[in-house]
Amino acid sequence: MSGNTSSPDDYWKANLRLVRLCLIIWALASFGLGILLRPLLSGIAIGGTDLGFWFAQQGSILVFLVLIFFYAVRMNAIDRKFGVDEQ
Amino acid sequence: MGQQALTYLVVGATFALYLGIAFWARAGSTGEFYTAGGGVPPVTNGMATAADWMSAASFISMAGLIAFVGYDNSTYLMGWTGGYVLLAMLLAPYLRKFGKFTVPEFIGDRFYSQTARLVGVICLIVISVTYVIGQMTGVGVTFARFLQVSTTTGLFIGSAVVFFYAVLGGMKGITYTQVAQYVVLITAYTIPAIFISLQLTGNPVPPLGLFADTEGGVPLLQRLDQVVTDLGFGAYTAHRDNTFNMALFTMSLMIGTAGLPHVIIRFFTVPKVSDARWSAGWALVFIALLYLTAPAVGAMARLNLIDTVWPGGAGQPAGALVYEQRPDWMRTWEQTGLIRFQDRNNDGRIQYYNDRNPAFADQARQNGWQGNELTVNADILVLANPEIANLPAWVIALVAAGGLAAALSTAAGLLLAISSAISHDLIKSALKPDISERGELLAARISMAAAIVFATYLGLNPPGFAAQTVALAFGLAAATIFPVLMMGIFSKRINSTGAIAGMLAGLLFTTIYIFVYKGWFFIPGTNQFPDTAAYWVFGISPTSVGTIGALLNFGVAFAVSRATQPPPVEIQEMVESIRIPRGAGTAVGH
Repeated sequence: MSGNTSSPDDYWKANLRLVRLCLIIWALASFGLGILLRPLLSGIAIGGTDLGFWFAQQGSILVFLVLIFFYAVRMNAIDRKFGVDEQ
Repeated sequence: MGQQALTYLVVGATFALYLGIAFWARAGSTGEFYTAGGGVPPVTNGMATAADWMSAASFISMAGLIAFVGYDNSTYLMGWTGGYVLLAMLLAPYLRKFGKFTVPEFIGDRFYSQTARLVGVICLIVISVTYVIGQMTGVGVTFARFLQVSTTTGLFIGSAVVFFYAVLGGMKGITYTQVAQYVVLITAYTIPAIFISLQLTGNPVPPLGLFADTEGGVPLLQRLDQVVTDLGFGAYTAHRDNTFNMALFTMSLMIGTAGLPHVIIRFFTVPKVSDARWSAGWALVFIALLYLTAPAVGAMARLNLIDTVWPGGAGQPAGALVYEQRPDWMRTWEQTGLIRFQDRNNDGRIQYYNDRNPAFADQARQNGWQGNELTVNADILVLANPEIANLPAWVIALVAAGGLAAALSTAAGLLLAISSAISHDLIKSALKPDISERGELLAARISMAAAIVFATYLGLNPPGFAAQTVALAFGLAAATIFPVLMMGIFSKRINSTGAIAGMLAGLLFTTIYIFVYKGWFFIPGTNQFPDTAAYWVFGISPTSVGTIGALLNFGVAFAVSRATQPPPVEIQEMVESIRIPRGAGTAVGH
């Protein structure tokens, strides 16, 4: 540990919090807006169809991309904060 | 230059490139053979992972599956990309920290059991072999169409090329060859899509073209919905499937993706733990380029196909194409048997419509139609797409090279996973622990050669359609490898008995459910029930059952672990250390 008092447990908890947040968004974009909640989006028209169709065919993939890079950036910052990054 | 000569030239040039790279990057040590020496930068690794992952199923089949079904097959798009989120957050960084060569090696060490490792080897081999058969079949079909040789000859040519660069180069050769293959396949996929998007919507970006207006100001998807319903099909953008099954199928593809051994081992090749996270992101960037294009390719190809077959307007009695005036691409594909025409009402015209829709039967009868007359195999749509849209000959040659690149790159990755499981997990760890590094390298090459011969033999007599075998591979990966890896990292309480019981429960349940509907070992006629929704338990199709198998695996592993002793202290400490990035060396065997 490079000069701070936080324990490996805190590091792991911070990781789990971040993963939980990301996976909620992951499920919401695909299973939520793309499949189960599509009827709720039926009023929002886009290019001859509704927003749910867009989420199923394109939106979810874009959300996944943003999520992975967001996770990598945040996680590398957490690694440094807890002094467990690779030198 | 004729179409044939041009195709030979483009395919030949790409093959020469792959072999040249393999020779330049040949492996000298087991480290280079299994994990490319651990020195592959994240972007390069992401590109190689993308080529490794996108197989003949992604390149050739997927857009066709979406085209003929519409919205409900969005499951493939979400499922095959969403798995990378799970990989990046739940598996890749920790397995990289663990720093060994193979997936069964992690299972064996984390669950301190040779039996667990061997069960892992069995799961890995079943998954990879079933998957590789589909790729070899795809190689054979593509060769047969574009090089005008028999499927068998095509299969032999493909095997010889994979044999040369995979056996010689190992992971190092495969990685750099896959980078080249990615460039070939993504170019081949997007160029025709850009042409077609421009033709139909005037927008050069296919994913935007999908939601743009066609000539006359009508949105493309609205026009597509109109013409397919005019022919009695369900609306393209409508949801018709069982929602529960659709969600299960998506989940099965997602966790199946994250549990595929040949994808997981890619993350052992990067220098650092943080690189494993980035690498998953880069892989998805390169995959998304194809996956965002695929739904546009599907919708536009369906529209072009219907416009070709109904030049006078979809569903108009006088609008059907006169058979003798059919375009050349239809004639060439008819020779392969993948497009079939049968003039049921003997009027010399092609009536292509949905004859299984009772609500549409009256109208069809009034028009004098006596059943659908044109059968189009969904798998040819991407390959025939440039011809349907009248694109230049060099584009058609490029698509042939792209389809082969997709199939060969995946086959090579799978063969590497199989050979490392046999030489490293079976021979070195169980049968002959004192084997030298040179001996192990030789064993790896021999087992890879044997796997190629075996896969080629099975590819000659495929047990079913590629999609069926691929479905089994995904279901099994979802039900076996993904849960055991995730529990090994996220729980310190799961012990060896629990892990073994969980893997076996997931493996047996999933295999049996699939075989009951698809036939035992895919032998036609040996299934107990017809593979239709009416016979599925709770409407769960055999392709979606991997999700249930995974839940069963988790449940059994937890229950059995609770009832038995917790893992030893040193194993719990090992799990602690996997969770922390600091101190990761390059991947080593032991």
